Amino acid sequence: MTIPQTIDEQFRTIVGAEHVRAATADDSPVGTNCKIAVSPGTEKEVAAVLARANELGLAVIPCGGGTKLGWGNPPERADVLVSLSRLDRIIEHAWADLTVVVEAGCTMEHLQNTLANQGQRLALDCLWPEKATVGGVLSTNDSGVLRLRYGALRDLVIGVTVALPDGTLASSGGKVVKNVAGYDLPKFVTGAFGTLGVITRAIFRTHPVCRESQTLSFTAADVETMQVKVLAIQNSQLAHTALQVRASSDGSLEADVLFEGRGAGLQAQEKQLQALLRMAGVTREAGGWRAREQLWNGVGGESVIAKVVVLPSKLATTLQKLQEQGSTGGFAWKAVMQATGIGCIRVDGPAGPVLARVAEIRNYVEANGGSLAILHFSANAERIDCWGTAGDSLALMQAVKCQFDPKRTLNPGRFVGGI
Amino acid sequence: MNQRILDEFRAVVGERGLISSSEELHTYECDGLTNFRVMPQAVLLPASTEQVQGIVRICHRERIPFVARGSGTGLSGGALPVENGIVISLARMNRILEVDLENARVVVEPGVINLDVTGRVSPSQFFYAPDPSSQSVCSIGGNVAENSGGAHCLKYGFTTTHVLGLEVVLPDGSLVHLGGNMLETPGYDLTGVFVGSEGTLGIATKVVLRIVKRPECIRTLLAAFPTTNEAGAAVSDIIAAGMLPAAIEMMDNLAIQAAEAAVHANYPDCGGLLLVELDGPTAEVEALMEEVDAISRKNGAWEIRVAQTEAERAVVWKGRKAAFAAMGRISPNYIVQDGVIPRTALPRVMEEIARLSQETGLRVANVFHAGDGNLHPLVLYDRRIAGQEAAAEALSTRILELCLAAGGSITGEHGVGEEKKHMMPKMFSEPDLDTMQRVRCAFDPLRLANPTKVFPTPRLCGEKPGEYVPHPLETAGIAERF
Repeated sequence: MTIPQTIDEQFRTIVGAEHVRAATADDSPVGTNCKIAVSPGTEKEVAAVLARANELGLAVIPCGGGTKLGWGNPPERADVLVSLSRLDRIIEHAWADLTVVVEAGCTMEHLQNTLANQGQRLALDCLWPEKATVGGVLSTNDSGVLRLRYGALRDLVIGVTVALPDGTLASSGGKVVKNVAGYDLPKFVTGAFGTLGVITRAIFRTHPVCRESQTLSFTAADVETMQVKVLAIQNSQLAHTALQVRASSDGSLEADVLFEGRGAGLQAQEKQLQALLRMAGVTREAGGWRAREQLWNGVGGESVIAKVVVLPSKLATTLQKLQEQGSTGGFAWKAVMQATGIGCIRVDGPAGPVLARVAEIRNYVEANGGSLAILHFSANAERIDCWGTAGDSLALMQAVKCQFDPKRTLNPGRFVGGI
Repeated sequence: MNQRILDEFRAVVGERGLISSSEELHTYECDGLTNFRVMPQAVLLPASTEQVQGIVRICHRERIPFVARGSGTGLSGGALPVENGIVISLARMNRILEVDLENARVVVEPGVINLDVTGRVSPSQFFYAPDPSSQSVCSIGGNVAENSGGAHCLKYGFTTTHVLGLEVVLPDGSLVHLGGNMLETPGYDLTGVFVGSEGTLGIATKVVLRIVKRPECIRTLLAAFPTTNEAGAAVSDIIAAGMLPAAIEMMDNLAIQAAEAAVHANYPDCGGLLLVELDGPTAEVEALMEEVDAISRKNGAWEIRVAQTEAERAVVWKGRKAAFAAMGRISPNYIVQDGVIPRTALPRVMEEIARLSQETGLRVANVFHAGDGNLHPLVLYDRRIAGQEAAAEALSTRILELCLAAGGSITGEHGVGEEKKHMMPKMFSEPDLDTMQRVRCAFDPLRLANPTKVFPTPRLCGEKPGEYVPHPLETAGIAERF
């Protein structure tokens, strides 16, 4: 649809003329074209922009740093890109209380640098922190290897303010870590892909930066042996912060273990790890922890990247399935799997056949109670639903969506089950 | 209650699963918050998910409100029956269904007792981390409803951190599965919003729990300070040193006296007692314990003890966990309060509580989860003295207002329930509360599940704020405003 000048002007009235512009191809999720990009400067402006779009029947695509605009299904409609980039303040870092209040458009890198000034951090290693914003990371629920020790965003976020499509600005949670008053809306909007409301501010609990850390790596002859070792570490009394397995179709198979703490403790844990694995092949390495992000390096028209969630005991069989499907199709693949059972895989090859193989892997994963969500599609390939099976709670999710966004203004069709 | 409906309930749960005589119903007229009492019309004790569904379907058809109940240990009146409603007790659904040590998961029915989960997996060196003081009697279903915490949630998180999935009977009797046995499932985090919803969104009939490997070493230090201010300063320094203890608990002198009288924990007689527990690899814990010792002494601790054996550690904790019940030793009646403040506000809030105590002439004992600012002031009074109960309730509310003024919360782990719903508008704005109602309306449009709890006079689903307009359900005679 074409947006008449008058509508354009209405947004200018809310946020100022200099903060409304014509949208470009880079402003839109794959397969769509937003017409205009609006950058509100306050939470109230965000709410007012949403309310106006909602009244006018325009579809809104909320956006932070734009690093994950391609995630999710292509929206059915995309009219107004609402950028949170001007809401980028760190409002309060109560370091002695281990909490931080931050606006949604603040980049993760800026947030972490600010927290580091007081020896603290948000215990989260997200993708592309230099561009990714607080709101975007929350909305896409992007967490990395630190999840093993510190939990995911749902465990770190303690409060949010959200703008709803009808212009309501609502807060939930608070500035204290322990709080059970009312429903836990911070968890609800985390991972909701902006389909319930637009996060304008978040409150997180912070953690101290560890004084020292040590990464140890080891290999295994095959994935079954690697599975045994990973479960042995998980089943031990080692206090590791992270544990990931890196594997690829070229035969490489390596695991990394991160320990954090004080010198004496780190030395003791290294010895214990070696004893546990009954091997001398444990090496000290610093690299490997950006392996997940590196899956996107050189990603192009013939790549599919997916997030996989399986039981920790299914790491080996999942990798075997990947190997089997890769061999069948003659495709190259890479995988970075955490000991939690969450990981990312990349498969490279001709678009259509690759997608068919990924669908096979999804079938296997779902048959074992897990899930596979496609994050990056081959260009020009016929797309399949990126989320997979939604389960028997889909009707409830749709009912929730209807309560928050009855006109389907926010990211329509982008989320699970066509929400 | 209508005999026809009672007969229908009986057909679902059997004779043994239905309580309708007034003498027996008295047992269920309140939960751990005994100053609120309502007689239920009937109490049903289903033994299976299918029976829960059968009961709820009847409630839905007949528009009968229901309240789910676990062990009834809640302290905010969450399991208080509602007028003209029934109670659904999950006590008979108490089986541990599955233990998967390889993946650190346990699947339980809601009536399983919290401590029994740890009891089942402890031979394999695992434990279930959320540890409310009532953990030897409270149920997992109740913990899910309240998002229960405990002393060790500073490091390990709350119930919500440890619940991966739920089987839930919705208020229309349908069955859904929220989350699963993985860390993530596609879609909204319905598990996250259900945990802590105080029985207002449905009834959990199965719970998938995460369990945690027992650390190699656990050390508990007990430090005696002149007052809680010095103890609080020590807590700040411990946090500032970059440590994350498994637990940091604090008790004032009155609480110490009560605990001593009740369980003889051999606590030092001091103004502020700090209990710090560290766990992890032995070398790490021992190094950190030296730091905690030094920090405590620097802040004026005049006696420091480290529990040397598991038995000594158990005694130290017994005193702390018995603190609420121990108040009966020093006061005929008391109110257990539960508020949260940013930890750094502790000295000024304590000072203000002391001033209010002096002003009202009522003693206040203080027990805190000091690491996360969760206060449990215990307001002591004597019901036999005219006006003292009302004064105690007023003081208790004033303390919550202090918590809010300090930027905190009206509840850290006991829930809102019946007791604190009038405080919700003081913590949240009308749009905030209306937004929460949208969630409730998606789950329970007829508002049958624990309808009078958590929110003050909630609007009916679909009703807009502003001038009163009868809801279509009211007009149709299906729902009634009360």
